[in-house]
Formats: sequence, C-alpha cells, structure tokens
Amino acid sequence: MTAEDLHKLLTTQFGESKITGSNFTAKDPWIEVAAEAIVDVARFLKHDERTQFDHLNDLTGVDYFEPDTKKAAKFNHQPHVEVVYHLTSYTLRHRITIKVKVPRWKDETTKTIPEVPSVTSIWAIADWHERECYDLVGVNFTDHPNLKRILCPEDWEGHPLRKDYDMPLEYHGVRGR
Amino acid sequence: MSLTLEDPRVIEFDVRTDEMLVNMGPQHPSTHGVLRLLLRTDGEIIHEITPHIGYLHRCAEKIGENLSPPQWVPYTDRMDYLAAMNMNLGMALAVEKLIGMDVPEKAMTVRVLVAELGRIASHLVGMGAYGLDLGTFSPFLYAFREREIILDLFEELCGARLTYSYFTIGGATHDLPEIIPIPPGLAALTKRNKNMKLTWLEAVEMFLNWLEPRIKEYHTLLTRNQIFIKRTAGLGILTKELAISHGCTGPVLRGSGVDWDLRRDGEPIYTRNYAGYDFDVISAPFEDAPREAVLGDNWCRFFVRMMEVVQAIKLVRQAMAKYPKSQGTHRVPYKMSTKLPVDEAYLETECPRGAMGFYIVGNDKAEPYRARAKSSCFCNLSVTAPLCEGFLLADIPAIVGSLDVVMGEIDR
Repeated sequence: MTAEDLHKLLTTQFGESKITGSNFTAKDPWIEVAAEAIVDVARFLKHDERTQFDHLNDLTGVDYFEPDTKKAAKFNHQPHVEVVYHLTSYTLRHRITIKVKVPRWKDETTKTIPEVPSVTSIWAIADWHERECYDLVGVNFTDHPNLKRILCPEDWEGHPLRKDYDMPLEYHGVRGR
Repeated sequence: MSLTLEDPRVIEFDVRTDEMLVNMGPQHPSTHGVLRLLLRTDGEIIHEITPHIGYLHRCAEKIGENLSPPQWVPYTDRMDYLAAMNMNLGMALAVEKLIGMDVPEKAMTVRVLVAELGRIASHLVGMGAYGLDLGTFSPFLYAFREREIILDLFEELCGARLTYSYFTIGGATHDLPEIIPIPPGLAALTKRNKNMKLTWLEAVEMFLNWLEPRIKEYHTLLTRNQIFIKRTAGLGILTKELAISHGCTGPVLRGSGVDWDLRRDGEPIYTRNYAGYDFDVISAPFEDAPREAVLGDNWCRFFVRMMEVVQAIKLVRQAMAKYPKSQGTHRVPYKMSTKLPVDEAYLETECPRGAMGFYIVGNDKAEPYRARAKSSCFCNLSVTAPLCEGFLLADIPAIVGSLDVVMGEIDR
C-alpha cells in the first residue's frame, strides 16, 4: 500500500483532526499523527488486515531547535520535537514512517519534557526504544511500564540530543568540559 | 511439628532456598563485553533477569551531528567492531539514499565482495565465541585461525585489521589491490612459499578453497556434537510472535522461522547491490535438525549462522567472477562540504547480527541535523528477559550467547 492510500485510509478511519499532516515526496514518505491518537493509530496499523505493520523498525526522536539566537531567524523549522516511528509489514512487504510532533517543552518555564503516549502495548520493542528516546532526546512516554534511562547513568541530568544541551561541568568528580 | 512439601519454607525436600540477586557481568567473560545481567534466582532457577546496558556508550549519535558523513564513517566501525565493513556499508548507503547518489557497478561489486567476507569473519567469531560460552575451547581457536586470514586480506585492502573505514560515501576508499604478499597464515595452512606474491583476488580464492571443506569439520565439532545439542536444542525457544514483537532481526529472526533477509527483501538502493547474485535465505525449520531441536531455539539460531557462511562464500565467489567485468570506478568523489538536502532517509541493511538502520536527517548543511544508528543487537538483546526466565543459571550463557550480541553496537 502506498503512502497516499495509507493516508486516505487513516484519514477516513480517524478524521483529519488526528491525522495532521503528510509528505509523500520525501525520501521516506511520512504521515503525521496527533500525539493523543498515536496509540489508536498504531493499534490500527498493526492489526488491520490492509496494513499489518507488525514490525517496528525504529523509534527515535529529533529535536528541531536553533540555540544560537543570531542564527535562529534563518532556521527553517519551527522549534519542536518529533518522535519518528519506522514501520514495516512482513506479510504485505510495505513500509511507512509515522511522525508525532510535540512542543519542545510541556512547560517552558520549568523545562518539563513533552508527553507522548507509549506504544509499548503494541510493539514490545518500543519499551527499550522509548527508554532510549526519553534518555537522549527527552520525551516523556506516558503509560510506559518502566521509563528509566537506558544508556546514560540513572543520575544523569538533561537529555544529550537536545540541541540546547550543555555538557555538565563535572560528574562525580570527573571533569566534563 | 512435621513439615509438608506444601510449606512455603520448604522448596525441595529439606533444602531451603532463598531468593538471591546475582550480578552477572559487566566483566563476566560469557556476556560478550560489558553487559550486566541482574538475576533474581531461586537456587539454580532464574526468576527474573534484567539486562543493564550503556557501559560502552560513546555518544556516537551526538558526535555524528557535528561531523560530515565521511568523517562519521570511522565511528560506525566502532559500533559492531566484529563486522565493521557492514556497518560502514549501511551508513554509506543511508547517506547515498538521502542525497540520491548512484554508485558505479564496480563499487557495488567491491561492496558485495568485501561485505560478504566481513560476514564470514563475523560469523566465525560468533561460532567460536559461542563454543567458548558452552565450555569448548577448540572451535574458538579454529575460528580465529580462519578469521586471521580474512583480517590479513582486509589489511592489504585498507591498512586496518579491525576498524576499516573502507566503504565511504560514493563507493570504497581504494580499489582492490593488485599484487600482494601471501598472508602468512594462508601460506602456512596451504603449505605455500611464504615469500610468494599473488593478486588479492587469487588470495581470496585460495582462502575460500581452503575454508569451504572446513565447514564440515565445524559441524562435527559443534553443530552435530551431542554435548552441544544437549546444551542448545530445545532451550531458549523464541516464538515467531515474540521475535517479531521484540523487533528481532537477522539470524535471531530467521532462526524463529521468519523468511526475511534485507539483501533480498530490503529497499532497492540496497537490494540492487545483490541483483543478479544467486543465494538462498536461510531460515528455520531445518530438515536435518537433530530430534531435540525446536523451532526458534538456540540450536536453530546457531545453525542459521553456520549456513549463512556457506551462502556468503557463494556470494564472494560470484562477486569475484563479476569484478573483472564490472564497469566504472570504485568510487564517486564526495566532497566533505556537500550540503545534505532538507530531507531525511532511513535505511536498514542486513548486517551479520541483524538489520542495522541508519537514519540521517539533513538540513542544508554538510553535517547531518540528526544522525541515528538503530542497533540490531539492541532489539535482539531485549528478548533476554522472556527467554531466560524459568531456566537454570547455567543456561544463561547458552541463551545470551546464541543471540550473538556485540555491546559496542548496543551502546553506540
């Protein structure tokens, strides 16, 4: 099934308020889904016989932000965080990329990380991928069974793949920068 | 007061056991690097197992955001350091997909030839180290004897023995060398004069001729060995559903009976490298499996790797025949300052340990805006918990070893 057909199918199923965008000319065509609908959409994509996306290839996050205020005017993206899901169907042999876009912070003043519902109940591997995404990119996956850091130590501060991340000055007596 | 067996304080007759937390690793020899397994045991029985990873985390993705793609290639070497060639290839192809670059036929032939040699070397280590996990030492020595020759050949090719950085954006850094001195190991094994000179392809041919009959010996040593079968067959059974849900790829997935190999089923930019080659995708169940073997157990995963070596030899031979007729050069120049388009590309390639994915986001700069490496071992390792629960402590190395994980790739 092509990305256009899939987009049509999802739009009729969930309505335009949940399927918020798409790009069919990209190298990997993608469909954007509202954060609150991602679990329903994921369940549909996995179980519907027309889609059958049984394999979650990858789940990762991208932080779109330009920390340098001088360059920020030229930056060609609105500041936001994307969670990207790459899916494959073993039976129907098609692929799709699903994106969820959320603001960089749930609360700008307290620097609370944004929330995206967890898809662990649909693909078991999302458990570890979401932990990694939380650890490095800083996305809070709600309803995740065990949202702890996976690559960095548990007492690490900040999320290293955020564009405005600063390496800590020291960590347990080890100089950082 | 007489105690009955139902009493919770009594587990087996009059031996009382307590639950214990045991740390296996991060320096345990059978954990293949710095993997820490936290076990909750009841005597010999494992009740719960929690893998802790991240001891080898080197921020490869963060570094990738500050480097131009050709500069990031050496960092991919250090992910799966046992199959660095295949890592380089995956990363180069992902960038080529992003910028829409075509490589000449000759570069593709070189890529198949060398990547499949890398697969043989990697599976040899996988085989030897698995034997070591189960307590047999000799297969390890035989495997390293063979691998040594491949490393010597790679050294003639690019100067490095482990971290090659051989494939780069647009092809390979060098063409295949012409005349080389015979690798000392090969001279000794084939009883040739050690001062002999020959072409690189002749040396590969000589090595394959020597390796091919040895595979039968490995089967005698390990695959068909009764002790080995007792330790592996029927243990660590990974069902097809569990394997798919946990995103397992490569020999782990094929050992569970899913017929999926990216060399055949992947994206066109990758599969076109393998167009015109004749090879089989190896997946369980096997007709000649021992009686005790069950679909998706340790033995099946191991056997998939062994059979893939045979297929890789076949592929190398075909690539060697194709190489002299291949058109074009080994490399299309790629400028370090080439700006990556405002787009993104995700590409998975079939590495020896599974599907390694690279996700490159460009933003009109030479450096990728986001460089992500999706590790196959990361997903394969995540099935440890469901696989090991309820088994004996002594089976943990057999089960984790059969997943054949490399920590450098998991932690990146």
